[in-house]
Amino acid sequence: MIDVEAFSCQELVELVTDYLEAALSPADVRRFEDHLAGCDGCTEYLAQFRRTIQLMGTLTPADLTPAAESALLGVFRSWSSGQSGTVEPDG
Amino acid sequence: MAGVSGEPAAPASERLCRCARDTGPDTGPSSRPLRFVAAPGRLAQLGERLVYTQEVGGSIPSPPIRYVRRVEPTDAELVAALRAGDEETYLRIVRDWHSSMLRVAQIFVPTRSLAEEVVQETWVRVLGALDRFEGRSSLKTWVFRILVNTAKTRAQREGRVIPFSSLHDPARVPEAAVDPDRFLADSHAQHPGGWSALPPVLPEDRLIAAETRTVVAQAIEALPANQRAVISLRDVEGWSSDEVRNALDLTEVNQRVLLHRARSKVRQALEEYLA
Repeated sequence: MIDVEAFSCQELVELVTDYLEAALSPADVRRFEDHLAGCDGCTEYLAQFRRTIQLMGTLTPADLTPAAESALLGVFRSWSSGQSGTVEPDG
Repeated sequence: MAGVSGEPAAPASERLCRCARDTGPDTGPSSRPLRFVAAPGRLAQLGERLVYTQEVGGSIPSPPIRYVRRVEPTDAELVAALRAGDEETYLRIVRDWHSSMLRVAQIFVPTRSLAEEVVQETWVRVLGALDRFEGRSSLKTWVFRILVNTAKTRAQREGRVIPFSSLHDPARVPEAAVDPDRFLADSHAQHPGGWSALPPVLPEDRLIAAETRTVVAQAIEALPANQRAVISLRDVEGWSSDEVRNALDLTEVNQRVLLHRARSKVRQALEEYLA
């Protein structure tokens, strides 16, 4: 477990998401930030991690293809016509 | 004219939206709540471009300020619209969630086309069960829970082994965020566990290039399905951690473990491409 005095670089890289998600204890946040203050490598690593997250935010989600959209609209229409009491042949 | 006194109480679709008060100049006295209407006397349709009127006094400034902010409908309004057969509302939800639904389905089924079938089957079940939606969870969580069940059933029918344990207990299999070879040994005199070589600086001009985004997208595709789903929902689709936890029935810790592993790998892929 991590209850030593300071985090090593190898320990710190495992805690970056916990840090960004505010899931570290106040004591661990301090150790995390104390480490960063004296470590160029981990400072760069954290910056890259943040940059990576930013970049993912610029990706375009997968498209709804016209075929899928029309199939899904068909699902809605057949449900909807059943809802409104229209008699549909049962297949 | 909208906003005059004596008007009936605003329905929920015309809720106050104080958050927009600071978005532009000339929005009137800042202490006064704003109410959004599509046009004088007409309520906004869901997602429509909006102009505002003031709650008190009711005059629309000239020229009208156009807000692109959406008034987010409540789940109750969405469900009511669906029950009323409102195709626009249905399609808006389908479009908003489709990409996320495919990601989640692909945790369980191997191909995009199977995932599309699962999503379609999910909507059949969602609509069929709509009368039983009680609002104890959000509509989104409820739909995604149905999606997960549908996908699991489908995966079983296809004879696939479902990666339950890998979704629900990822910590069982440890995985390093960074190759251990890049750190000094624990026995090192000065810097046990320190970088043996610092991470290379990534050139900013190449980071913002379109090809770099392709690399990021490919790195996400290459992830194990459970990690891919979590990172896609969180970092591509912008879901909150609570939304992801609820939709996938994950603990807070496991959601973070999956997210961390996924992000670590995508960062690594960026480094390999750029450095």
